[in-house]
This record gives sequence, C-alpha cells and structure tokens, in this order.
Amino acid sequence: MSFRIIVLAKQVPDTRNVGKDAMKADGTVNRAALPAIFNPEDLNALELALRIKDQRKDCEVIILTMGPFRAAEIIREAMYRGADRGYLITDRKFAGSDTLATSYAISLAVKKLEPYHLVISGRQAIDGDTAQVGPQTAEKLSLPQITYAEEITEVSEKHIVVKRRLERGVEVVKSPLPAAVTVHSSAPACRQRVAKLLMKYKHARTVTELQNETKDYTELYDQRPYLQIDEWTVDDLHADVTMLGLSGSPTKVKKIENVVFAHKDSKVLSASDEDINNLMKDLIDSHVIG
Amino acid sequence: MNNIFVYCELTEEKTIADVSLELLSKGRRLATELGVKLEAIVIGSDLKRIEDQVFPFGVDVVHVADDNRLFPYTTLPHASLVLHIFHHEKPEIAIFGATSIGRDLAPRIASALRCGLTADCTSLEIGDHFENKTQTEYKNLLYQIRPAFGGNIIATIINPETRPQMATVREGVMKKEVFDPKYKGQVKKVNASAVLRDEDFMVQIIERHMEASKINIKNAQVIIAGGYGVGSRENFQLLYDLADVLGAQVGASRAAVDAGFSEHERQIGQTGVTVRPKLYIACGISGAVQHRAGMDQSAQIISINTDPNAPINHIADYTIIGSITDVIPKMIRYYKANSK
Ligand SMILES: Cc1cc2nc3c(=O)[nH]c(=O)nc-3n(C[C@H](O)[C@H](O)[C@H](O)COP(=O)(O)OP(=O)(O)OC[C@H]3O[C@@H](n4cnc5c(N)ncnc54)[C@H](O)[C@@H]3O)c2cc1C
Ligand SMILES: Cc1cc2nc3c(=O)[nH]c(=O)nc-3n(C[C@H](O)[C@H](O)[C@H](O)COP(=O)(O)OP(=O)(O)OC[C@H]3O[C@@H](n4cnc5c(N)ncnc54)[C@H](O)[C@@H]3O)c2cc1C
Repeated sequence: MSFRIIVLAKQVPDTRNVGKDAMKADGTVNRAALPAIFNPEDLNALELALRIKDQRKDCEVIILTMGPFRAAEIIREAMYRGADRGYLITDRKFAGSDTLATSYAISLAVKKLEPYHLVISGRQAIDGDTAQVGPQTAEKLSLPQITYAEEITEVSEKHIVVKRRLERGVEVVKSPLPAAVTVHSSAPACRQRVAKLLMKYKHARTVTELQNETKDYTELYDQRPYLQIDEWTVDDLHADVTMLGLSGSPTKVKKIENVVFAHKDSKVLSASDEDINNLMKDLIDSHVIG
Repeated sequence: MNNIFVYCELTEEKTIADVSLELLSKGRRLATELGVKLEAIVIGSDLKRIEDQVFPFGVDVVHVADDNRLFPYTTLPHASLVLHIFHHEKPEIAIFGATSIGRDLAPRIASALRCGLTADCTSLEIGDHFENKTQTEYKNLLYQIRPAFGGNIIATIINPETRPQMATVREGVMKKEVFDPKYKGQVKKVNASAVLRDEDFMVQIIERHMEASKINIKNAQVIIAGGYGVGSRENFQLLYDLADVLGAQVGASRAAVDAGFSEHERQIGQTGVTVRPKLYIACGISGAVQHRAGMDQSAQIISINTDPNAPINHIADYTIIGSITDVIPKMIRYYKANSK
C-alpha cells in the first residue's frame, strides 16, 4: 500500500493585491480585476507533502479542490510542482456553502480516497479568512488534527512528528496516522514548477475542459490516462444535498459592506520646524501626550 | 432563552488569558441585554480558586475541569469536555478567542454540533432578523460582524437556526472591564476522568518553547509604529527614542517585521495585534488594508510619510510630508524643551 497524502487546496482571488484598479470608483471590490491564485498557505501545505514524497518512494500526493471548473488550474499547477494527480469537486449545488458545508463535501471526497495517511491543508484561505475548514474536515473524518504546522520532522507508517507555530512559541507534537494537518505560512515556501513535469502534465484536463477543446484528445488520453483530472459531483460523493450549499450552511450573511476608508479632514503639514513645533504644541496642550 | 458561554484560555502561568477576560466582559453585556446568565468554562490543571479570577467579570456559573492531563492545551480532550458541557447546558451563544487555541478548538466543536461558527469577529451585537423566503421572524439573534476578503469587506453574519450561535473574537478587540469586584457566581466541577477516553490523548506534546509575551503594545496609550519606509533597524532606533520621551510603545507593520526591523510581537494589523490608542504615529507606513484593520480605531492618527498620496494619509488627522529621519528628531527636540 502506498503512503497516500491528500492535499486540500483552494483557488482564491488575490485579496492581497486589492490595489488601485481592484477597487471600483464606488469603493466596492472589483473581483474581476483580482487574479485567481493558489491559496498561499496551500502552497506551503503542498511543499510539506512533497518533502515527504522526496523521502519515500511509495508516497503519492493527491490534490483535492472544491470550486468552479476553472479551479482545475490549481490542480495542474500542483502537478507541475510534483503532485501525482488531482480531483475537482464541482457542482452548482455546492454554491453558497459555509465552512460546515464545505468541510462536509470535502470529507466525503477524502473518504472516497481511503486508505490515506495524511490530509494536509493550508491554515487559512485568504478570501473567506476563517481557518475553519481544516479542523472541521478533521472532525468529520474523526481524525486527530494538528494545526499551524511549520515542519513535519518525522514520518513513519504509523505516526508523524510535527512542529507547530503558535502565537507565543513553538510546540512539537506526535500523532498517530491517519491525521489531519493544517499548515502555517512560516512553513517552507513551495518549490517552483519542474520543467519536466510541466511538459508531462500540460495537457492534463478535466472532462468539462476537454469538451471545450477544439482539438481531439481521445487518442492522447487513451495512451496517457494520467492526464485525466477527475471531476466529482454531488452524486459521485453520494452527498446529502440538505447538508450542502445555502441550505446546509447554518451561517447566513445578513449584510456585506465594502470597506471604504472615509477621507478624514486631514491637516497636511511640512517637515519644517515651525509645522512640527506647532503640532507638538497642540498635542501637549490637548493632553494627547505629556 | 439559554445562557451565554465563554471558553476561557489559560496563560503559561495558568492565569486566565486577557483575551478571555475581554470576552467575559463582552459576554456580560450581552447576557444582561438578553436577560440570561453568563457562564465560563475553564479547562486545565492546578485550577484551585481559578473562579476568583472570573467572577469579577460578572460570571454567574463557572464550569471547571481540573486534571493534570489537561494542561498544556491539546485539541481532543478540550473538545470532548466542551462538547460534554454543551450537550448538557445547550448554550444560546458560545464565544472563543480567535487565538491559536480558540481557532483550533471552536471549528472542531461547531462541526461536531453541526452549528454555524463565525471567525474573527470585530463586533458582536444583538438584533432581529426577518427571513423573506420563509416569512420567519427571528428575535434577539447574535449579529457577528467580521472582516473578510483580506479586510476589504465587512460582513454581518447570523445563525438563525442552529444553537449555540458560535463566534471567535481576536485579542484586543473587546474591552476588558471589571463588572463588580465582589461579584460571586457558582462553581460547577466537571469530572474530567469520567468524560475522557484514552483516544482523547492520542496526540502527545513532546516539546514546548513558549515565551511569556514581554512586549505589550495592546494597552499602550500612544504608539509609534514603523513601516518599511523607516529603512533600517538603525533608523528604527529613532522610533524607540521618541517612544522613550513620550512614554509610548513601538509598533510595526508587517513589512517592517519581515525586513527584520522589528519583532513579530510588535506587528499591528490583521495578522498582528489590534490596537486602539489615544495617538497612533505611523512612520513610513503606506497603510495597506491589512495594516489599517489593526489601527483604524485609534483616536488620533499622525502619518509621517514622504509620499503625499500614501493611503494612510486618508485616515490620518495630521499628515506630515517628510522623511522620518528628519521629522522624528525635531519632535523629540521640541518635546524635551517644552514638556513639564
Ligand atoms: C464575507 C464572507 C464571510 C464569511 N464568513 C464565514 C464565517 O464566518 N463562517 C463560515 O463558516 N463561513 C464563512 N464564509 C464562507 C466561507 O468563506 C466558505 O465556506 C469557504 O468556502 C471556506 O472557508 P474559507 O475560505 O474561510 O477557508 P479556510 O477555512 O480559511 O481554509 C482553510 C484551508 O482549508 C482548505 N480549503 C478551504 N476551502 C477549500 C476548498 N473549497 N477546496 C479545497 N480546500 C479547501 C484549504 O487548504 C485552506 O487553506 C464567509 C464567506 C464570505 C464571502
Ligand atoms: C493575509 C495578509 C495579512 C497581512 N497582515 C498584516 C498585518 O497584520 N500588519 C501589516 O502591517 N501588514 C499586513 N499585511 C501586509 C500588508 O499588505 C502590507 O504589505 C504592509 O502593511 C506594508 O507595510 P509598510 O506600509 O510598512 O510598507 P510599504 O507598503 O512598503 O510602505 C512604506 C511607506 O514608507 C514611505 N517611506 C519611504 N521612505 C520613507 C521615509 N524616509 N520617511 C517616511 N516615509 C517613508 C513610503 O512612501 C511608503 O508609503 C498582510 C498582508 C496579507 C496578505
């Protein structure tokens, strides 16, 4: 039996670069202007998985992502860096899922991939920003969870040793396998694409993507079945639809406000002695300082 | 209506963590508004008289699970005990710190109870809701208000149907305030060994290095914060000099921390601490949303920046256009000459 690692990865809008053109004139987020990227901490998670694969010949790294059709892009991206294959969980019925419904869907997909040793995810996605999917997936699979991993220092058939990065220090824990690990941004950065793998997997496609191709890939896919990225729908997962999407999500978004930083009446000063002295005098007189 | 529960974390010294006292303060206000009781949960070891630390914050009932296997925190036994208590008590609302412990524990519990959990709230309020689709009116729900999308949007989230309504809240967001120094509640002991099974201890801690946090910028009245524009570790010394004369603390942006100008403990913002001082002096900080998320509640903001168009200037009361190497020595000089 191979040593199977399932890496959970999410495609996210690059919320870190909400810069000039990513904000519309009315102060709302222009999502279209934000590139879709591999969630940063999921790349750290992939790296920790690949490091185990570097050590163990029998190791197999599988990428699992839930999202729209285009999320297949990050599965290919992971394959270029060393992942063996990937599955895209995609269905309109997943739309509007909160973390509880998301972790339910993901846990069903993970179960389909049994037997596995490790489920590794990022700590947090940069759009929803909750850091809840990892622990909730672990609970649904009855796995022990090790959050905020920075390094996996030991791996055997039966256990792992993980260094965790906490607010005020580090902790080293030992857990039996299978286990769920969430990875912190302080873990090593992910390796770059490997040219050989890029050549090997550049035609990897999901069924849906193939339908939209003009070229006929039938022959290529018969010869190289590894190019097939599987898509799983609600039916494939035998999911209870009442536990998915909006109906399966106990949290409801009542209101969303875009953050527009109100322009205060800012007094603009120069660095002249006079301006600085006046400011300091004001601050002392008003007891803000002193 | 049932009661409000706060999971209390312990510090390395086995005292109740500040974040939990802040949540008790908020919990007390919510409990009074709803006319329910405030209950606390403390899980750890050597917890003799721990109740004395929480009662002044208006706690009516404290559930204490004291067992030497329960400190330091590990996920599974704490989750089992909290679930055990929740199964019996059926809380209306449950609040956890958005800390490395709270964000590890709360999602596991929410998943087991199949209830909603809102992460990283910056505000909690009571309000009503009318659901158009089902024409249902909900009274006295917990409005859980949180930033998402990298701090670019603020969402109000509710859990109309599931209980408890669960939320995590970051440290420093709520105000810690003693309710009544003489307030006395009731202690309920939880028999941990009757609840826990061997499987709860399958993850073992084999090493720990914790630093009691020495730097405390959270409660500072005046903060001098430096960004990447400060330029070097040496220039950062100017900020310390100013902080010394003003009795202030020094904070930093993430870019300054990443560049090694300052310690991580000083980082202010979404992934650092949230501060609300009387005066915030931003030195060479551009004002990214993630930074502003941690300081925009400051009473007064001064920005010192060479760029007149830096976004931070839009939220500053005073903008000084100039270099910190020029401006800060002048501030120090004036203050030394003119303060009593
Ligand atoms: C404004 C806003 C606020 C929200 N607030 C909440 C809230 O407070 N509570 C709540 O329950 N939901 C909330 N949601 C919904 C939540 O964002 C979605 O359920 C989201 O799909 C998963 O949560 P996340 O992005 O926070 O992921 P996180 O929990 O931060 O993700 C952690 C890790 O889990 C893995 N992972 C997460 N999603 C996927 C995926 N689709 N495929 C594969 N791996 C994945 C990744 O490894 C990731 O690094 C909110 C959504 C919005 C738009
Ligand atoms: C998920 C996430 C979380 C984050 N969390 C945080 C967080 O908690 N806190 C945080 O701060 N950031 C955070 N960031 C990073 C944030 O996006 C910015 O990158 C960061 O705040 C920029 O720091 P800065 O303003 O110091 O640097 P810069 O953006 O490089 O700005 C430097 C400024 O200095 C000015 N300057 C240059 N020279 C001088 C001089 N001699 N005198 C005066 N001014 C000068 C420049 O005009 C410029 O405005 C986070 C990012 C992400 C994606």
